Amino acid sequence: MPKDGGIGASTKRREDLRFLTGNGRYTDDINLRGQAFAHFLRSDVAHGRINRIDTAAAAAMPGVLRVFTAADFAAVGGLPCGWCVTDKHGQPMREPKHPVLADGKVRHVGDPIAVVVAETYAQARDAAEAIVVDITELPAAINMKAALAPDAPLVHDDLPSNLCYDWGFVEDNKAAVDEAFRTAAHVTTLELVNNRLVANPMEPRVAVGDYDPWNDQHTLYTTSQNPHVIRLLMGAFVLGIPEHKLRVVAPDVGGGFGTKIFHYAEEAFCTFAAKQLKRPVKWTCSRSEAFMTDAHGRDHVTKIELALDKDNNFTAIRTETYANMGAYLSTFAPSVPTWLHGTLMAGNYRTPLIYVNVKAVFTNTVPVDAYRGAGRPEATFQLERVVDKAARELGVDPIELRRQNFIKPDQFPYQTPVAVVYDTGNYHATLDKLLEISDIAGFEARRADSARRGKLRGFGVAHYIEACGIAPSNLVGQLGARAGLYESATVRVNATGSISVYTGSHAHGQGHETSFAQVVAEMIGIDAKQIDIVHGDTANTPMGMGTYGSRSLAVGGSAIVKATNKIINKAKKIAAHLLEASEDDIELKDGKFSVAGTDKSVDWAGVTLAAYVPHNYPLENLEPGLEETAFYDPSNFTYPSGGYGCEVEVDPETGKVEIVAFSAADDFGNIVNPMIVEGQVQGGLAQGIGQALLESCVYDDNGQLLSGSYMDYAMPRADDLPMFKVDHSCNTPCTHNPLGVKGCGEAGAIGSPPAVVNAVIDALHRAGHTHVTHIDMPLTPARVWAAINGN
Amino acid sequence: MYAFDFVKPGTLAEASEALSHDGALPLAGGQTLIAAMKQRLNAPEKLVSLTGIPELKGVCAGDGGVTIGAATTHAAVAAQAAAYYPALAALAGQIGDPAVRNRGTIGGSLANNDPAACYPSAVLASGATIVTNTREIAADDFFQGMFTTALHDGEIITSVKFPVPQKAAYAKFQQPASRFALTGVFVAKFADGVRVAVTGASESGVFRWTEAEAALTANFSAAALDGLSVPADGMIGDLHGTPEYRAHLVKVMTKRAVVAAG
Ligand SMILES: Cc1cc2nc3c(=O)[nH]c(=O)nc-3n(C[C@H](O)[C@H](O)[C@H](O)COP(=O)(O)OP(=O)(O)OC[C@H]3O[C@@H](n4cnc5c(N)ncnc54)[C@H](O)[C@@H]3O)c2cc1C
Repeated sequence: MPKDGGIGASTKRREDLRFLTGNGRYTDDINLRGQAFAHFLRSDVAHGRINRIDTAAAAAMPGVLRVFTAADFAAVGGLPCGWCVTDKHGQPMREPKHPVLADGKVRHVGDPIAVVVAETYAQARDAAEAIVVDITELPAAINMKAALAPDAPLVHDDLPSNLCYDWGFVEDNKAAVDEAFRTAAHVTTLELVNNRLVANPMEPRVAVGDYDPWNDQHTLYTTSQNPHVIRLLMGAFVLGIPEHKLRVVAPDVGGGFGTKIFHYAEEAFCTFAAKQLKRPVKWTCSRSEAFMTDAHGRDHVTKIELALDKDNNFTAIRTETYANMGAYLSTFAPSVPTWLHGTLMAGNYRTPLIYVNVKAVFTNTVPVDAYRGAGRPEATFQLERVVDKAARELGVDPIELRRQNFIKPDQFPYQTPVAVVYDTGNYHATLDKLLEISDIAGFEARRADSARRGKLRGFGVAHYIEACGIAPSNLVGQLGARAGLYESATVRVNATGSISVYTGSHAHGQGHETSFAQVVAEMIGIDAKQIDIVHGDTANTPMGMGTYGSRSLAVGGSAIVKATNKIINKAKKIAAHLLEASEDDIELKDGKFSVAGTDKSVDWAGVTLAAYVPHNYPLENLEPGLEETAFYDPSNFTYPSGGYGCEVEVDPETGKVEIVAFSAADDFGNIVNPMIVEGQVQGGLAQGIGQALLESCVYDDNGQLLSGSYMDYAMPRADDLPMFKVDHSCNTPCTHNPLGVKGCGEAGAIGSPPAVVNAVIDALHRAGHTHVTHIDMPLTPARVWAAINGN
Repeated sequence: MYAFDFVKPGTLAEASEALSHDGALPLAGGQTLIAAMKQRLNAPEKLVSLTGIPELKGVCAGDGGVTIGAATTHAAVAAQAAAYYPALAALAGQIGDPAVRNRGTIGGSLANNDPAACYPSAVLASGATIVTNTREIAADDFFQGMFTTALHDGEIITSVKFPVPQKAAYAKFQQPASRFALTGVFVAKFADGVRVAVTGASESGVFRWTEAEAALTANFSAAALDGLSVPADGMIGDLHGTPEYRAHLVKVMTKRAVVAAG
């Protein structure tokens, strides 16, 4: 049994006390003296030329301090893109300017045209209505394939077309892949859509800009997953503020799911306006505004082909994907359909030849970027769907077809044909565990029972791989990242032995304050209550890259381990001095340093006090104090994997799908807090099921957002979900980070959509509706009914 | 939201007076009106709250019927009408979520006449009477298409009088996002015939499916509907369903309501 508060214990989340009692301190809770309020006037057309903006009447309205337009930002840079993808001809992607406020043209509904800053929020909003904007509406580019037609309206007039890049991976494999398809015994082809999603974190975005003229000091409070990244992007590329004059604080953040990674115009605006007006400037996003300004997720249209030999071994995969970039390049948008997607196309399988083609397209829609899973859900969905379809075409069991083609447990480390090397895994084990916990043996009886009630029961599996713990900096640098992807930690031990750990990771629901403390408590052997985790403020944490890609424990946690090891090494030196022993003989156990083989010992607090009150201390060769910083740059990605099983009942009269059971068997490597891990999986499953059955962001042909509120955008609710069975007993620890952890934040959202769709198709096939080979997500009642009825 | 005045009268007479001025609107539970005001889609100068008027609240039974005060919340109807008109109470208990049910009112729902609202189907299928501060309006005359009713400006619904059928049930198929009725059917069997009202499906709002009424009057069983169908023409088509799908659901939900009515 692990000790409560140590590694392996389901310690209750300390942060929940404040979150669940409404005492979190979120950005919107920050109100500064003299604060003014910003309201953004946004485009209500998807594409248009701005002929004239007349702000005179608005500027004269009560309480108005100033009205800003693009003209005010003439000397300011555009919002930068953090990743440059090189296309299949070796050319860099096309990278149009992303102005802070729309300049000359509006390019999506929600594009900001002007901002009013006033004494109150209501005054700012009233005045915005008095701004006169003369716009000539232009035809919009909405559908990706149509947007690539020669006569399509151009989102960016200075580009030759709406193509951002045409990427081929691995380009050198293409001929061999084509040849494998020519000689294949069987080819399965599937065309599908990975539906566009809106992240919808519970807390909408907020920014508060502040400026202290006496110290020329800027502060931005913002709802961010990575305050240092915002400081770097906004300071260096947009506003030209050096780091020492810019502090970015991301306090409690109420969910991010990727959409709070990116640098947004409103952050730059509030920071800029605070200096112009010498007043703090606050902007709070409304939910309606969030729908048309937060970066969206997914939105791929894909054709995937799977080639098999006569023994049903996978011989090649070929894909062609259209990936929506929206109107501008959001911070990491280009990386999502390429490096975060193409490198995962091997899945759990030994497929020797793979070719992935991705065309990224500009459209008159909100920018699209990383959303929980980012590229990996898109890869997993198409792969796990096409494998299921192949099994049906070949008349073999989809589970057995998977098992037959899995990478075998003794083949690790495994070099895939799509660049990455999986360090560890055991897919047979997670699949077996999945079948056990989902009681596949009892399925037929349950199906018969459903049939008696007029319902069609089906079971579907999906097996996923993901690449987490992003990422080795030198590798991603070669792939086009304009950032390093290490993580940092400072462990500050105080005189009486308490510890503050400053981490570059950021928590917005993940429970870092609890699990990171468990790591340090375990290493030193003291009570976790003596350890606080501090994050979210560039003024006190070392340069960190933030939280996304299930990287926090694998990368941020490893930095904490490194820094804590430095602390322990130094503390041992101090203890050796105090105990008059050789450093090599000092052992640390349960917070006590002792001399091996003796009863001589000094406790943790005795050592820490000596470090800060160095009366009896080896000052000649050791500095006083006990504080260490470490940066950890991973040598590989981590590769969590797992098997997911979904059991559904379909109502054939209405098409309604009910998920009656869902099981997950994941391999996350070592586990620090099983309860938190289970919670992460459950949340991910809810989002994946949301994508599979409910969520869909839809634009009409004119670029109007049809699903712009919860009246039409269906979020998953508790009663849409079954009780989940979550298992993480099949662990193959990661071999290259000190904790042996792999990351668990995105798995649920990656593995569940194909499991759900496979289950529904299974239900329909078992009921004789064999003409239904695919239904695009979300599998709404209307779509399932239409599929059953052949239209 | 724009600035507005707010009054909360204690009697119907005071409310009628306050509403006789231009720019004034009644406010009941606010579940529709406040949301519209926040989005600046509606901008009344004055809101006249109806929730402080005792005579507009409550459920009372008598004369073979049930009368429900216009300002009675969905939650109160779900609890208090269960003994007299279980199908109506069950409908009220399926509206929105607990927060909506504890504020939203039957009067507000009927005055608003959202094409996907639940109550209009019960009122129309029951052949209820809408009582206002000036007159009584039969359900068949009250609903005049999406968001349109027979109410005049400033007219206040004070109560709804429901005859209680021998058998009745409401079958609701939820729109996945809003959970309003994608299609909802209320079936009510009276001694002199069956009435069937459909909400959520038609571009003209709640309507009576008269063919089904005739068939069920002759034979109150799901099988009686077998040969019937509703044309897709005039049905709503949107993100959540085509006109064909809704037309199909009308029949499925009608059958389910008949089965549930017993
Ligand atoms: C999240 C959510 C889910 C919902 N789900 C459902 C659902 O599943 N099914 C459903 O049917 N409804 C649903 N509703 C709507 C809900 O039932 C509302 O309560 C109802 O539509 C309006 O009632 P109200 O009392 O809140 O009216 P208000 O919003 O106060 O007023 C609505 C309109 O009616 C007028 N009005 C109010 N009372 C009177 C009166 N006595 N006489 C004359 N005019 C009056 C007002 O002036 C206003 O124009 C939902 C609402 C929400 C917010």
